[in-house]
Amino acid sequence: MTQTAFAQSQRQTQASAAETACLLQNYDPNGFFCETLRLGQPQHPGLELLRSRLAQFPIDSLRRRAVDAERDLLERGITFTVYSDATAIDRILPFDLIPRVITAPEWRQIETGVIQRVRALNMFLHDIYHDRKILADGIVPRALVLGNGAYCETMVGFNVPFNTYVHICGTDIVRDETGRFMVLEDNARTPSGVSYVVENRHMTQRVLSDLMTGLQVRGVDEYGLHLHKALVDISPQAVQDPQVVLLSPGIFNSAYFEHVFLAREMGVPLVEGQDLVVENHRVFMRTTAGLAPVHTIYRRLNDDALDPDVFRPDSVLGVRGLIEAWRRGNVAIANAVGTGVADDKAVYAYMPRIIRYYLAEDPILPNVETHICGEPDALSYTLDHLAELVVKPVAESGGYGLIIGPHATRAQLDEFRARLLADPANYISQPTLKLSVSPTLTDDGVAPRHIDLRPFAVTGRDTWVLPGGLTRVALRAGTLVVNSSQGGGTKDTWVLA
Amino acid sequence: MSETLPVTGTMRLIARHAASAVWLARYMERIDNLARLLDVTKTFSHDDSDWLTILRINGDAIDFLKRYPHVSYDNVTRFYLLDADNSSSVQAAIAAAKENARTLRALISTEMWLQINVFHSRIRALTGSDLAPDRMSGVCAMLKEGAQAHVGISEGTFYRDQCWHFTMIGRYLERADQTTRLLDTRFNLLVPLPGAGDPDVDAGKWHALLRAAGGYHAYRREYPHGYRPVEVAGFLVANTAFPRSVALNLSQIEWHLTQLRTRYHLRGGARALERVDNLCATLTHEAVADLVARGLSPFLDWVQREIGALHADVIEGLCGG
Repeated sequence: MTQTAFAQSQRQTQASAAETACLLQNYDPNGFFCETLRLGQPQHPGLELLRSRLAQFPIDSLRRRAVDAERDLLERGITFTVYSDATAIDRILPFDLIPRVITAPEWRQIETGVIQRVRALNMFLHDIYHDRKILADGIVPRALVLGNGAYCETMVGFNVPFNTYVHICGTDIVRDETGRFMVLEDNARTPSGVSYVVENRHMTQRVLSDLMTGLQVRGVDEYGLHLHKALVDISPQAVQDPQVVLLSPGIFNSAYFEHVFLAREMGVPLVEGQDLVVENHRVFMRTTAGLAPVHTIYRRLNDDALDPDVFRPDSVLGVRGLIEAWRRGNVAIANAVGTGVADDKAVYAYMPRIIRYYLAEDPILPNVETHICGEPDALSYTLDHLAELVVKPVAESGGYGLIIGPHATRAQLDEFRARLLADPANYISQPTLKLSVSPTLTDDGVAPRHIDLRPFAVTGRDTWVLPGGLTRVALRAGTLVVNSSQGGGTKDTWVLA
Repeated sequence: MSETLPVTGTMRLIARHAASAVWLARYMERIDNLARLLDVTKTFSHDDSDWLTILRINGDAIDFLKRYPHVSYDNVTRFYLLDADNSSSVQAAIAAAKENARTLRALISTEMWLQINVFHSRIRALTGSDLAPDRMSGVCAMLKEGAQAHVGISEGTFYRDQCWHFTMIGRYLERADQTTRLLDTRFNLLVPLPGAGDPDVDAGKWHALLRAAGGYHAYRREYPHGYRPVEVAGFLVANTAFPRSVALNLSQIEWHLTQLRTRYHLRGGARALERVDNLCATLTHEAVADLVARGLSPFLDWVQREIGALHADVIEGLCGG
């Protein structure tokens, strides 16, 4: 924020202290679980303090700060890029200033649950690319894994350090009307959003620090350190001071800001495929001093773009010979190739069984009840209850191609039924969740909006989970889809110590 | 900065990023130069022929006349301030600067990025009404200040490892190039033909030339008695204190290239260093005096080509081609 803008917002804050319209005046969560009010739950002193501050907070002041924050995000270029007619437009991800709070006991459950899940995902990946015991034991259908689009033959028999395949994992978690946490989706390929977690905190500190005073909120600034450590952990063993790089598709990628953010936080070069070259099965980067060795690559490219020798031959974003260099142990790649088979929406349905199979533990974070439409019983159940269920295609991401039964018209349901019958194996169905809500600034004052949570887990030798995660909020009234591509925004996420 | 300091900035620099650093600085500097030129031309122009001079300095006359019916204040200011299809317009320069800054975003300071981002929006927002004669000076001031803010913010916030040296090389290359162009286009117009010319008009033109280079007052301090072509040329080419003299900028480039060789052990800069050494040795007051007598233009053409070749040496030798 510019100095003038800061001074202006200060003056406005003082001027509006006497105004009466306050944040929670007409706020009604409508029977949903509200993360701030926590009706019917034991009281928590930190939340109590936040609530009383929000209750006294003049809404006009919040609106002015929201305007400041929006301009600040745009000026700082904390944006994602969309393209129309070859013109690049920098858009901000809408930021709602009212934070989402997670208490210490809740965080313990999320943290241990995420660590457990990441362990199971890694063990599952190791197993299916080696002995395939879980398939032999009939726990997960063979076809679901071996016929999966993300299954990668190249990985068979190949060992990765610490048997870690998913170094960076984003676990999408929701809460139902009783406040129960459930995992909605695993993101084990190249999950994004962590830059917003840190930038949202900085924004809160810039424009709304008075709301945080005296509350013990856990910091989020250590992500880069932990990520770098994990990437050093997995580098080829003989190397003394391994060179880590972040491999990005380039400045035209919509998530380029995050790539910049992570390279900066780790203090490592941000490279594109054209900056890397493989010679004698070793990876080098083109520097001002000539070729310099590279030991670990945090890649933000999809599997199929990584190496034209192995995957899509027309890809210009990747590096020729990279996979062979990796297979020979001369370079580490995070995340490993072929992890998409583990975060597939159909495999997801088996995650509770996968956790029990490898760890002999119950899932700390349950799944949402899921019907696999490729199975006859589940398909007929789904067809019978289409108007009540959410049905999702298994191969898509970003909230595309799904139908939310209760919100669909008769015609939409009929049309979807035909699509489902044409390719049942492509779909899963779940009950329509009554997602928890959080007070959110809207044109009509502060109103409940549905939210989810994506914590980020970093795994090298061990797993570390960034306290909090990305809280996404569905800004349109009534909508459940929180994806940024579908009108979603974000909130700062406070884990209380 | 002493040679005994320990080497800082052990992070290696991607060759492509080094090229972006050179270009970022060149484009920002170009905006500054263009704003000076437009401002001075508007202030001191007598007729449309002065607007033709700007086109000639930038080598844009042919491109301009393809798309505009005639040379005039309106058309030339539009061409340089609003026309994104003109690759030497401020619109093209700020777009290119921003793209290079985006490439370098993990290396430049957040303040630098923020300023370029805001400056970009401001330039993009210029419209036809900003070309009105009573608003032009304000627009030029905004452009100069934006480019200068970039320089100042870089000075105060940009970590001085390899990447910084490359931006400095880009900035000095652009300044040396612009001063050479300015002098080349104007000089022969200004040297009075025997027995012709109104001394007052000539004085005004020398004044405008030095203003365009941002060196009028410095020149006065150095040469208080009046204008002599040999002294004006010497001042712009060989002076070692004037920030936009060709010699000063080349000696700065030499220093940065030497730093890159000694502190970062970059061996690819040898050709560039050799060229800049030779150039610096040539650009003396004595040489300029000699050349003015024989005709400055071929010499300036040569200097300009050498600066171009120096840029190419830097890019090919150090920035991966």
